[in-house]
Amino acid sequence: MGDIWDILPGLGDKLAAHVVLSASAIGLAMLIALPLAVWASRSPMVSRIALSLASLVQTIPALALLALFFPLLLSLRTVFGEGLPTLGFLPALMALTLYALLPILRNAVTAQANLDPGVLEAADGVGMTKWQKLTLVEAPLSAPFIMAGIRTAAVWTIGLATLGTTIGQPSLGDPIFAGLQTQNWALVLAGCLASAALALAADNLLWVIEVGLARRSRLQTFGGMAVVALGILVALWAQNAGSEERRIVIASKQFSEQYILAQLIGSQLEAAGFAVEYRDGLGSAVVHSAVASSSIDISVDYTGTIWTNYLNRSDNPGREAMYETIRDWEARENGVKVLGRLGFENAYAFAMRGDRAAELGVASLNDLVAVAPQLTVGGDPEFFERPEWIAVRDVYGLRFAGTRNFAPTFMYNALSSGEADVISAYTSDGRIAADRLVVLEDPKGALPSYDAMLMLSPRIAGDADVIAALQPLVGAISVEAMREANLAVDREDDRKMTPKAAAAELARKAGL
Amino acid sequence: MNAPQPLLVFEHAARAYGDVQAVAGVSCSIAAGSFVALVGASGSGKSTLLKMVNTLVEPTGGRVLFGGEDVSMLPPARLRRRVGYVFQGIGLFPHMSVAENIAIGPRLTGETLAPERIAELLELVELDPGFAGRMPDELSGGQRQRVGVARALAGEPELLLMDEPFGALDPLTRDALGTKVRELHERLGLTTVMVTHDMAEALLLADRVLVMDAGQLVADETPRALLAGAGGEIAQGLVAVPRQQAERLAAMESPA
Repeated sequence: MGDIWDILPGLGDKLAAHVVLSASAIGLAMLIALPLAVWASRSPMVSRIALSLASLVQTIPALALLALFFPLLLSLRTVFGEGLPTLGFLPALMALTLYALLPILRNAVTAQANLDPGVLEAADGVGMTKWQKLTLVEAPLSAPFIMAGIRTAAVWTIGLATLGTTIGQPSLGDPIFAGLQTQNWALVLAGCLASAALALAADNLLWVIEVGLARRSRLQTFGGMAVVALGILVALWAQNAGSEERRIVIASKQFSEQYILAQLIGSQLEAAGFAVEYRDGLGSAVVHSAVASSSIDISVDYTGTIWTNYLNRSDNPGREAMYETIRDWEARENGVKVLGRLGFENAYAFAMRGDRAAELGVASLNDLVAVAPQLTVGGDPEFFERPEWIAVRDVYGLRFAGTRNFAPTFMYNALSSGEADVISAYTSDGRIAADRLVVLEDPKGALPSYDAMLMLSPRIAGDADVIAALQPLVGAISVEAMREANLAVDREDDRKMTPKAAAAELARKAGL
Repeated sequence: MNAPQPLLVFEHAARAYGDVQAVAGVSCSIAAGSFVALVGASGSGKSTLLKMVNTLVEPTGGRVLFGGEDVSMLPPARLRRRVGYVFQGIGLFPHMSVAENIAIGPRLTGETLAPERIAELLELVELDPGFAGRMPDELSGGQRQRVGVARALAGEPELLLMDEPFGALDPLTRDALGTKVRELHERLGLTTVMVTHDMAEALLLADRVLVMDAGQLVADETPRALLAGAGGEIAQGLVAVPRQQAERLAAMESPA
């Protein structure tokens, strides 16, 4: 894993973004929690409600909380206008702030409750106003405990900020998510190492301040604060250096094919002189709205996905009609330009081992009908609930001996071990080539098509230079080439490639 | 002889907590320059009555006049700067040095106390001026309460309120500090009201003893009159305790 040390220096801009995001979230949480704690110390009712709500937030899974801000902000656009960002910094900041509230609030409230009643009586007795009591007595005496809460919040926030990646906020989660998807463990470790180191550094620095406050050492307190401020300033400066012009933002969902295609698109644009930026590992549910709202500029999406999830259609008019309907709908409803199809599909299909298919004489779904009652079909956990399965089953009248669910990784193993005879596969999956599987024909067109399309946000939809740079990709990528590239990234042996290298190879094969 | 102008007047002062009458309509006046002890058993309402003076407790009935003004009409912060307050909990600010604790009252109005004045205040309570730079947790209980008294005197108050000021101190310290406070009372021309449950302390220090029971004022006598049997049953019950102790001690000393 020596390559970790090659990856780490390249994470500077992710680290800067991570620091700025975490510091902003903790700062905002302090601005909310500290006055709230003062109010709570004067009203048991406020204290109960505030602490219950802050605890409730902790029960929401972080990924869900992050994703929930997207529709929320989208609906708030009717109030604040189209300029309100729905992805990236703002929703990440809001979610992380909510998480950071609890430890700060709880420690501040507890610190207030544990103040010596004699000291508080003396504060009143010497004639302090409420404000003087707060600033001269309550705040300085509570400060070390509040600082301990801020430390806890800082460690949590820095850890959780890695999830910002899924909603398009650059962070140290970028290498982690990219590495997890492409099984590049050096990348995962580098991201984890960097965020753990950042969390430890923040924890220790804040500890120095906490001890400074407890010992009433101004030098230590202000020295610690100065170092924290310096760190944030450097991160801010690093983040803003060189980002004076808006780059073209290329998104990818959380699987290898998307990472490769993002790199391919990026290299085309860079070759044409554009500055690009990658938002890797976005949650698949947010990508479409993100491109429609120009939060990102380019994505690769699939006709079947858009058809079912956004046009809410369940019929199948055929490959060409589906594409044309989507292209027109996107232009009309969202201002998104569908530049064209890349040339391959990543559809659901049925696959069999080559030898088994030959033995049974099966080449298409039609051939399968007769032998199906002796066969077991395997699918990913959601497959047998999906409209694709129901359509195929009903159109062909398929009756299998049994159905079994497998995690996607194990479906292929099940096929080779004979636990399943037929599996649901993705047509562009590299393992189809690697395992020499046969993809069964669908002569009745029961399976909807999943043509990969290039989607351009309204912001760049009319940019002739962007279109000229990307036009060569249209129709250039065959399903075989895509499978090979996916396999190169997914494989575990010494021929494994990074998405960038696989994209370069793909470009070469496509003659770009 | 003209009666001195009363500095403090209670007019049917009352305080209820729900159904409980902690103070059930107390009327009396306290002359400037007097040292008054407010004595009673626990829960008799003596502390509550005292705290009505500096409005740490708001009356639910009647009123308290300080220098002729209703205390609830005065801004609390300004009122409390004219009234020194010493209490059992002491309440030194643990994050401030002795000097900062003493200077806190004047500081609240934007004044700073000169180091000479702080040294003078420390000397008043018989502490070495070198204590100015120490932190409260470096002091003994007795030393802390001396600082507490110095803090109460720093604003040159007209009235000194003390709520069980020596309750948590050992007997020797307690006796020494009591005597010191009485001496300061004379020297600085203070008016002092001290709450205590210890009748002996009240008899030895005060020139007037008020006895409270169940929220009512049941006796208002000089120490001499109380010792002579005045003040009624409850007051005499409280006087009996130190008297019997003294008699038993005297009996042990005398040859059998």
